[in-house]
Amino acid sequence: MTELVLEQVSRWYRNVVAVNNVTMRIGPGVTGLLGPNGAGKSTLIALMSGFLAPSSGTVTLDGTPVWRHEQLYRQIGLVPEREAAYDNLTGRQFVTANAELQRLADPDGATARAIATVEMQPVQDRRISTYSKGMRQRIKMASALVHDPAVLLLDEPFNGMDPRQRLHLIDLLRQIGDDGRTVMFSSHILEEVEQVAAHIEVMVAGRHAASGNFGAIRRLMTDRPNRYLIRSDDDRQLAGLLIGDRSCRGVTLRADDGLDVEAVDFGRFAVVLPQLAHSADIRLLEVRPTDESLESVFAYLVGA
Amino acid sequence: MTNATIVRLTVRNGFGARRALILLALPLLLLGLAITVRSLVGVDPGATEGVVALGLTVVLPMVALVGSTSVLASEVDDGSIVYLLAKPISRHVIVVSKYVVAVAATAVFTVWPIALGAAIMAGDLASMLGYGLGTLLGCIAYCAIFLLLSTVTRHAVAAGLLYVLIWEGLLGGLLSGVRWLSVGHWAQALATSIADDVTLSESVGPAYAVIATAVVTVAALWLAGDRLRSFRLTGEE
Repeated sequence: MTELVLEQVSRWYRNVVAVNNVTMRIGPGVTGLLGPNGAGKSTLIALMSGFLAPSSGTVTLDGTPVWRHEQLYRQIGLVPEREAAYDNLTGRQFVTANAELQRLADPDGATARAIATVEMQPVQDRRISTYSKGMRQRIKMASALVHDPAVLLLDEPFNGMDPRQRLHLIDLLRQIGDDGRTVMFSSHILEEVEQVAAHIEVMVAGRHAASGNFGAIRRLMTDRPNRYLIRSDDDRQLAGLLIGDRSCRGVTLRADDGLDVEAVDFGRFAVVLPQLAHSADIRLLEVRPTDESLESVFAYLVGA
Repeated sequence: MTNATIVRLTVRNGFGARRALILLALPLLLLGLAITVRSLVGVDPGATEGVVALGLTVVLPMVALVGSTSVLASEVDDGSIVYLLAKPISRHVIVVSKYVVAVAATAVFTVWPIALGAAIMAGDLASMLGYGLGTLLGCIAYCAIFLLLSTVTRHAVAAGLLYVLIWEGLLGGLLSGVRWLSVGHWAQALATSIADDVTLSESVGPAYAVIATAVVTVAALWLAGDRLRSFRLTGEE
C-alpha cells in the first residue's frame, strides 16, 4: 500500500502564502483535489510530486521525503497541466522514451500496454503536434502510466476535454483507482470530482477546507440548511405538518405544485418526513434535494 | 554519465532546421569576412588577429549560447523538462547528456569555420590546427557555463548575452586581469601557442587555459545538476 502523507505543509512565495498548513493522507483509490482557481491545487500537486520544496512541514511517500529524491519517480506518475510535450515525436515514440527513461526491461511492451490503456492505438504513429487537446492529455497519461506507478498525480486533467473524452477519462481514472493505485487529480469543476473521486479534499484559498466523501463533506456543515423539493398528493396539508416539526424551518408552496422545504436537521428530517406523510395518509410523489450538488457545497465553503 | 534516450530526445527536440540556420549564419559571416579581408590586405598578422579574435570572442560564444540554450532552456520554458525530471535518473546524468549535445552542436558549427578562417588569414596549417583546438576548448567551457545559466535563471539567453558582451567582450578587452577568468582568452592562449604566432605577451599560457577550462566545466556541470535537483514547477500564481 502506498501512502502520500502531507504533514503541516506550508508553501509561501515571498509574502504570498500559496498553501497554508495542510495535513492530509492520500491512500489507494481516487482522491479528488477540489478548489477554485488560485486555491493552491497546483502548488500542492507540485509539492506532492517533488517539484517544489515545502517552506515548512514534510511531504513523504511511504516515509521518504519526496523533495530531492529522484529515485521515488519509479513509483510516481505525473501528468502535468501544461500541454507541451515533445511535439515532433509521435505519440508512441514519446511514450517509449518515457519507458526507456524509467529503465524498463521491455520499453516497447510497456509502451504498447500504456497506449492500449488510454486507447490511443489508432493515432499512436502520428506526431504529437497534430493531436487534439484530448489526445494530448491521453498520451501524457500513457507516459505517466508506462512504468506502472503506485501513485498517479494529475493536474487539471479534464481541462479542454470534450464530453466524450471526459467520460473516457472518468472511466480510466476509476479503473486505475480500482487497481489499488493511489490516484489524485485536481479540478475546479465540481461534477468531475463528484463523478470520479471516492474521496475529496477541498482546498480554498490555500487552506485545506474539507475532507471526506461528498456526503461527509456535506455532513460537516451541520449548521447549513438543506433544501428539498417535495411533491405529494396534498402539498398544503404536508406543508402544515412539516412546519410543525422542528427539523424544518421553512416551507414554501410553489405556484405550480410542490413544496420548497428548508430542513435544518438532516438526520431527523429524513426520518420524520415519511412518518408524517404516512400518518396523514399523504402520498409522496417526489422528494428531491435541490442543492445536493457539490456546486452548492462548494459555494458554501468558498463563501465561508 | 550520459543517457542515450536523453541525448536522442535533445537532438530531435532542440535542433530544427531553423535553429541550424541561426547557428550557421554567424560562422558563415566570419568566413566571408576572412575571405574579404585576406583578398584585400593579404597576409597580415594584425588583421589575422582581429578576425580570429572576432571568431573566438563573438561568434564562438554566440553559437555556444544558442546551442546550449537549445538543449535545456527551451524545455524549461515550455515545461516539457518535467518529463525528463519525473524519472529516477541522476540529475547530473541529465545535465551531462544535454551538455554533450550542446558541445557537439557548437563544435560542428564553430570549429571548422574559425579554423578555416584562421588558415585563410594566416595562410598556414598550424594556425588552422591551433584555432581549431582553441575553438574546441572554448566550446567546452562556454557550453558548461551557459547550461548552468539555463538552470539558474529563466532568462538564460539575456544573461548569457550580457556575460559575453560585458565580461568577455568589454572587460576582457579593457582589463588585462580579466584574461585569467575569460574563456575567450583561454581559447586564444591555446590557439596561439599551437599556431606559433607571435605569442601575446599577456597570454595566460596553454597549460593554464586547459586546466582552467577543465575546472570551470566540471564545476559548472556539477552545479547545474544540483540546481536541477531543486527544479521547481511553477505553481499557480
